[in-house]
Amino acid sequence: MVDKKSLDKIKEKKKEWETTTLGESIKNTPEKKNRFTNLSQKVIERIYTSLEGDTDYLNDLGFPGEYPYTRGIYPTMYRAHPWTMREFAGFGTAEETNERLKYLLKQGQMGLSIAFDLPTLLGRDSDDPLSEGEVGRCGVAIDTLVDMETLFRDIPLDKVTTSMTINAPASVLFAMYIALAENQGIDPVKLEGTIQNDILKEYIAQNEWIYPPESSLRLITDTIVYSARHIPKWHPVSISGYHIREAGSTAIQELAFTLYDGLTYVEEVIKAGLDIDEFAPRLSFFFNSHNDFFEEIAKFRAARRIWAREIKKRYNPGDPHSMALRFHTQTAGCTLTAQQPLNNIIRVTIQALAGVLGGTQSLHTDSLDETLALPSEKAVRIALRTQQIIAEESGVTNTIDPLGGSYYIESLTNEMEKGAQEYFKKLDDLGGMVSAIEKSFPQDEIRNASYTYQKEIDNNERIIVGVNKFTTKEEPIETLKIEPEIEKKQVEKLQAFKKNRDNNRLNKALEELKKTAESGKSVMPMIIKAVKLYATVGDVCNAMKEVFGEYKEPGTI
Amino acid sequence: MKAKILIGRIGLDGHDRGLRTVAKALTEAGFDVVYSGLYQSPEEFVNKAIEEKIDAIGISCLTGAHNVVFRKIIDLMNEKGIGNIPVFGGGTIPEEDVEGLKKIGVREVFLPGATLEEIVDFVKGLVKE
Repeated sequence: MVDKKSLDKIKEKKKEWETTTLGESIKNTPEKKNRFTNLSQKVIERIYTSLEGDTDYLNDLGFPGEYPYTRGIYPTMYRAHPWTMREFAGFGTAEETNERLKYLLKQGQMGLSIAFDLPTLLGRDSDDPLSEGEVGRCGVAIDTLVDMETLFRDIPLDKVTTSMTINAPASVLFAMYIALAENQGIDPVKLEGTIQNDILKEYIAQNEWIYPPESSLRLITDTIVYSARHIPKWHPVSISGYHIREAGSTAIQELAFTLYDGLTYVEEVIKAGLDIDEFAPRLSFFFNSHNDFFEEIAKFRAARRIWAREIKKRYNPGDPHSMALRFHTQTAGCTLTAQQPLNNIIRVTIQALAGVLGGTQSLHTDSLDETLALPSEKAVRIALRTQQIIAEESGVTNTIDPLGGSYYIESLTNEMEKGAQEYFKKLDDLGGMVSAIEKSFPQDEIRNASYTYQKEIDNNERIIVGVNKFTTKEEPIETLKIEPEIEKKQVEKLQAFKKNRDNNRLNKALEELKKTAESGKSVMPMIIKAVKLYATVGDVCNAMKEVFGEYKEPGTI
Repeated sequence: MKAKILIGRIGLDGHDRGLRTVAKALTEAGFDVVYSGLYQSPEEFVNKAIEEKIDAIGISCLTGAHNVVFRKIIDLMNEKGIGNIPVFGGGTIPEEDVEGLKKIGVREVFLPGATLEEIVDFVKGLVKE
C-alpha cells in the first residue's frame, strides 16, 4: 500500500496534469466520447494510478497457491500446469461424435468435452414426439448405455478426462459413464472428469430444466455426495456463469449469480451431512470470456478472491483447497458474427487470451462458424490451434498473473468484488437464490441488460465490426450439415432396442427407483442399476418426473 | 385496439434471449405481445394463437430444426383454419434455407445481425395489411 503522503502528492500532481498537459491536449483534439464505459456500464477513467488501483498486497493479492488465490490457484500456474485444451464436441449419433473426439485427441487436445442434443439435455428419448427435428442437431443423441459405448469406442476412460455438459439429467449420464467404465474393466474410482450438473443457472438463464428447484437441488446433492464417497477425482458440478452471460448479463451479474449459486449448493451439501473439506475441493466453475478484455481478466481474478473469502468466512475449512476456485473458460459464442465469419478467429483469440491471463484451468475456444452451425472439422482445428499458439508462442505463460499490480486491473478487480457483494446482499434479502428465481429477479436483471446491449448495437453506440460498421458482402462459408437421415436412424435403432431388452427386470428397477426417490435416500445407486439394465435417459427421467413433478417458469415477458 | 402478436417457439429449444428482446421491442412499439412460453407442442402453440385472437405470429429457432418447426406450425394453422395469420421468424438460419421457408408461407426471416428496428418496422407493415 502506498502511504498517505505519497498519495496526496500523486493527487496534487494529477490535478496539475489535468489542467495543463491534458487540458491543452483535449482543447486541440477532443476525446471521441464524453463517457467511456465497459460492458457492465461502468465508467472507465482516463488513467488509473495508485489513487484508484492501490492494493493491500498481502491481504488482497497474496501469493499464487495461497489464500485468497487472487493471483492463481497453483504456486507455479502454467509453468507446471498448462490449462487443459478442451473443445466442446457432439453432433449426430454417437458414431459421428466418436470420430470427432478421436480426431481432436489426434490434433493435440488434452481432454474431452461432450455436447448432447436437446432431447438428451431435457431428459427425453429420440422417439419422444417433442424431439422431432432435434435429434443429433445441437449435440450428440444419447439414449442408452449402448450409445455411450459407441461414443467412447477406442477411448480408454482411465486415460482421458471427460467433461459432460448435462444438467437436469446429469445423474443419468453420470451413471452411464460409471457403468461404461465398469464394462471396460476400469475401477470407477479412477475416473476423472466433470458433469455440469448446475440446475440453478438453468432456471436463471439456459432454460433446460425438468423438475422443480427443490427436487433438482436434492438430485445434485445426491450426485455430489456419491461422487465424494466413490469417485473422488470427479468434479460433480461445474457452477456455470457461461450461460448467464450468453443470455445477456453483464460481467458483474455473471460473477455474482454464479458464485451465489455455488454458495447455495455448498449449503445444501453441508445440510446433507458432509464436511466442507469432503467435497469443496472438487467443486469447479465455468465462466464466459467476453469482449471487454480487461474487465474479463478482472472478473476471473475477483472470482477467486470472493470465493476464497466467502468459504473461509462461512465454513473456515481445514483444507485450503476448499477455498481455491478452479474454472473452465469458454469464449463468448454470443459475440461471434454471421457476417464476415473469419473475423471471429480474431475475437476468439482476444477472449481466449483474457481467459489465460485470468488464470483459467481449462479452455474451449469457439469455432469461427458457430453462429451458423456446429463447427466443421477445419473450423474446430483453427480454434484448437488458437489455444496452442497462445500456449506455445506468445510467452504469456512464462510468469504468473502478469497483469497483477496493474492499477487498472486491480481497480477493476476491486470493483467486481464490490459489485458482486451488492448482488449477494440483494439475493440474501430476497430469501436466497431459489426464492429469487421464483420472483424472477436474476432473470429480469439479465433480460434488462441484454435489451440495453442490443439497443446500443442498434443505435451504433456499440460497434460490432462487420455488423454495424465496416460491412461488406461476402460469400457464405462451408458449414457442417446434419442430415435428417440421422434422426431416422437413431429413432429406428432405439425402438428396436426397446423391444429386445429385458423389460420386466427394467420395470422393476424403475419402480424401485421411484420408491427411493420418494423415500429421500440417494437415487444414484438405483440409477446406475437401471442404466445397466439399458434404461433410456427418458425412462429414468420420466420415472423421477412422476415423483418430483415438472417445473413451470414464472411470469411471461 | 392494439395489434396482438404471438412470440414464441415450439419443441425443445430453450434459447429465449432473442425472443424476449424482440418481445420487449414490440411491446415498446405499442403492440400487445403474448409470449408462448417454452417447450410447447405445435398444438398448444396454435391453440394459443386461436384463443388469444392473434394478428401475427413470430417464431424463433436457434437449433437448426427450423425447416421442421415452421412447416409443422404452418400446416397445423392451415388445418385449423387460421392459415391467413401472417408468420415471420428468425434465428440461426442459413441464408440458403430462407427461400424454402418463404415458399411454405413464412413472410419474412430475420437472420443474425437484423436490428430491432427492422423487425418492428416489418411487423408494423404486416398488421397494416
